[in-house]
Amino acid sequence: MWTIRGTLDRRLYVLIAIASFGLWLVLWWAVTALELIDPLFLPGPGAVLRRFVSWVRVGDLLDDAEISIFRVTAGFLLSAVMALPLGLLIGAYRPVRALFEPLLEFARYLPAVAFVPVVLLWTGIGEPSKIAVIWIGTFFQMVIMLSEDVARVPMPQIEAARTIGANDREVLLLVLMRSAMPAMFDTLRITLGWAWTYLVVAELVAANSGLGYAILKAQRFLQTDRIFVGIIVIGLIGLGTDQILRWIHRRLFPWAGARSP
Amino acid sequence: MNQPSTLSKPLAPSEKLTVRALGKRFTTSMGCFDALADISFCVIPGEFVAFVGASGCGKSTLLRIIAGLDHPSSGEVLVDQRPIIGPGRDRAMIFQDYSLYPWLTVLDNIRFSRRLAANRRNQNAEDAQGAAERSVLLLELMGLERVRNAHPHVLSGGMRQRVAIARALLCKPELLLMDEPFGALDAQTREVMHDLILHIVALEKRTVLFVTHDVEEAVYLADRVIVLAPGPGRIDSIWPIHLPPALERTQDLKRAPEFLTMEREILERIRATSGLQSDLRALQRLTGQVQFERPDKAQS
Repeated sequence: MWTIRGTLDRRLYVLIAIASFGLWLVLWWAVTALELIDPLFLPGPGAVLRRFVSWVRVGDLLDDAEISIFRVTAGFLLSAVMALPLGLLIGAYRPVRALFEPLLEFARYLPAVAFVPVVLLWTGIGEPSKIAVIWIGTFFQMVIMLSEDVARVPMPQIEAARTIGANDREVLLLVLMRSAMPAMFDTLRITLGWAWTYLVVAELVAANSGLGYAILKAQRFLQTDRIFVGIIVIGLIGLGTDQILRWIHRRLFPWAGARSP
Repeated sequence: MNQPSTLSKPLAPSEKLTVRALGKRFTTSMGCFDALADISFCVIPGEFVAFVGASGCGKSTLLRIIAGLDHPSSGEVLVDQRPIIGPGRDRAMIFQDYSLYPWLTVLDNIRFSRRLAANRRNQNAEDAQGAAERSVLLLELMGLERVRNAHPHVLSGGMRQRVAIARALLCKPELLLMDEPFGALDAQTREVMHDLILHIVALEKRTVLFVTHDVEEAVYLADRVIVLAPGPGRIDSIWPIHLPPALERTQDLKRAPEFLTMEREILERIRATSGLQSDLRALQRLTGQVQFERPDKAQS
């Protein structure tokens, strides 16, 4: 178990994961119950739970979650639809890589949050502005990672196809794309996680609904318990979609192992 | 059509492959070096030719150029008297590893060439039916019936190479090119593969170019063994192998005296050619003269 790159029984893995979650929960509860920290800085799990329940019943938590899920998904899908063909071409053709890579490598370091006022000017205050911020936060990393997935397809797979008569288009679609698909799907799963971290930034742009908006509003009123609920809900949605996508990956690509995040 | 004056004699009509004055120069940050220089030979239909040589002699480069995956710097390659243009289904290549498609089953891997336009163009419904039957035939010849619906990742190395061979043979290539195909396999599996390839190639009457560093393998499988020498890559010697016909050979042959003699002689040639560099340097130190002037290059 403790050898480097050793294996771990699956049940033991799950057990340790649950225990770890449980440990943090207990620590959290203990620290607040013993009043070691001002409840303003760190509300206890009970307070957070109560706020969650009231938010669901009275404050439309589900509506906020729904609009946020829509925004993240839309921004993510827009990125994916653009990044997949571009990543494929960059990974396949050196000249295309030369054309785009320097720009992309530069752009990936641009802070999305700095774009908020600019996005406001460009796209106004409606939904497109939030989706645009999510796009800025995910597109550049996505293209770069997808192109690397394509570049990592083993050369013999490509050359074997060429020596049994495949033309360039067939190599691209029947070999490169199919071979890189498990890795590309994993890349999409990972970048979807990052997309969620941009939600609050996106909802800085003149939002009046959504989980990020609720967190920002709670900041202004120092309602730390509400902030915690928002953060935890976002985390749980992210975790849930991640697990679902991992499951889908195992079903779609049984021959390939998933990357760990 | 008129031919350039590099032709010194007319082509014999029965040549399957003609390589003439082939050269390949690589330019690296450390200068340029000739991986191949002035390689000329020909192969007749149905022949099994093995290429052996010390590392750096360019045998894999030669095979890749014939396959169309690399371009020569000089010289020409003719298949059936026609110059080659890039890779194609007439020259199928088998690699050492990692060439199978993990998302396809064994049977779909074998049938892969049928999805390609190059194959569909020449086909009507009858041909398509024939090709489907042929893929099953190859499956059975290679002993893969029980894993026809399995995916490559559950197969052993030997089985994967069998799939690779079947896949390459489906479109009936004019030339079968094999680049150290059994290099990643253990000794026992390799012996089985030797007999398997001998039989299938004789059955299908394929012309084969086989690159290996294993001289015993080369002598057992080939009709002719061509020894390449490095610095720059050139043909050192050509050894016709006079052994019983392919379908009559057994593994015991590898221990027969004539076989061992041939193997030893070829090995000595390879050692002699790879030791040339240090011998020349020793000679230079002794006599103060530089023999056989050669461009400076960084190469083992």
